[in-house]
Amino acid sequence: MFKRLTSSIQSIGHGFIEYTWQFGFACRFFILILLKSAVSLRRFGLVMRELYFVGVMSLIIILVSGLFVGMVLGLQGYETLQKFGSETAVGTLVALSLVRELGPVVAALLFASRAGSAITAEIGLMKATEQLAAMGMMAVDPIARIVAPRFWAGVISMPFLAAMFSVMGVFGGYLVTVVYIGVDAGSFWSQMQSNVDFHYDIVNGFIKSCFFGVAVATIAVFQGYDAAPTAEGVSRATTRTVVTSALVILGLDFILTAFMFRGVS
Amino acid sequence: MQRSTMDLWVGLFVILGIGALLILSLKVGNLSTYSRGDSYQLVGNFENIGGLKVRAPVKSSGVVVGRVTDIQFSLESYDAVVTLNVDNRYIFPKDTFASILTAGLLGEQYIGLDAGGDDAMLESGDKIMQTNSAVVLEEMIGRFLFDKAADDDDL
Repeated sequence: MFKRLTSSIQSIGHGFIEYTWQFGFACRFFILILLKSAVSLRRFGLVMRELYFVGVMSLIIILVSGLFVGMVLGLQGYETLQKFGSETAVGTLVALSLVRELGPVVAALLFASRAGSAITAEIGLMKATEQLAAMGMMAVDPIARIVAPRFWAGVISMPFLAAMFSVMGVFGGYLVTVVYIGVDAGSFWSQMQSNVDFHYDIVNGFIKSCFFGVAVATIAVFQGYDAAPTAEGVSRATTRTVVTSALVILGLDFILTAFMFRGVS
Repeated sequence: MQRSTMDLWVGLFVILGIGALLILSLKVGNLSTYSRGDSYQLVGNFENIGGLKVRAPVKSSGVVVGRVTDIQFSLESYDAVVTLNVDNRYIFPKDTFASILTAGLLGEQYIGLDAGGDDAMLESGDKIMQTNSAVVLEEMIGRFLFDKAADDDDL
């Protein structure tokens, strides 16, 4: 009885130490990437190559989901707003919810599952097949050569992807409410334009997506670098990337929103 | 994959991304028609501002000519001091009338400016002398009941 109690407390302590250690390692790893990224930014071809795999290849999923999210928002918003006779406000609803929240958050979630997991698997497999160690033997720094370009590709492409997501969403909302249901196009756009503020809404959404980009890219490269060098370890690391990214994105979103939109309107 | 094709795709990606940001700011955020840069300040004292908020539009004949930038409570006159930023393109006579109105039944409140006939124009920092408070529903109902009671007494 007593033994079981101590062992359960021990497991809590073990888990806590493990997570704290991992968090500290991730922070040091992040600073290490920043310190060593000068080399990879000077050889921009490396980042370019990763931008293709991380950014361009994520385009399809981001654009299509953005379109559908906007269409659903349009339908649902119209359904509710028409009860109050203010169905022209659907443009405002779609644009505000996309630009402020859904654009950055959903794009980051999709990005983490599409590109983040791929980055983790790639780096983890390189580690498992000892390619990273081989690079170290040849005096090529694996963090500068492999990790930093992927990190910067993630950071650069995230804001662009979020913006494209929002634009496709607004277009989807327009398609459903104006073309399909028949809300007046003029009031759709004018209500949207008079209620969306450049500094307050669009710049804040952009800042959010930059934060998410840094978070997702850091988590993805860290989990890959930290993965146990086995087939099972790589698969676990990939899962951890997606789960941790999702949790960090949503938590960070709440904190950022609390700082940005404190009911000042 | 060929290096040049990859560069092409990444270039397209970046152009699309910047294009999306531009569309967001110009088409959705409507940055093109209203800029904070060139505007002048007016001040108005209101007895009751109702639900007026900072950033609410200032309209004249329904056209947005500026924004509310600040709302303070004055301890000297015990009323609300509202600061408006009006676009430099629009100048108003000294005897302009400012009133707090509501857009639609459930809409937000805004400030309506009715131009007067004075030759002198309002300049930056000037005070709008004639103001009209927001309509408060309770006061209106109270006045209606009061009038009704007065009518009933006459009979």
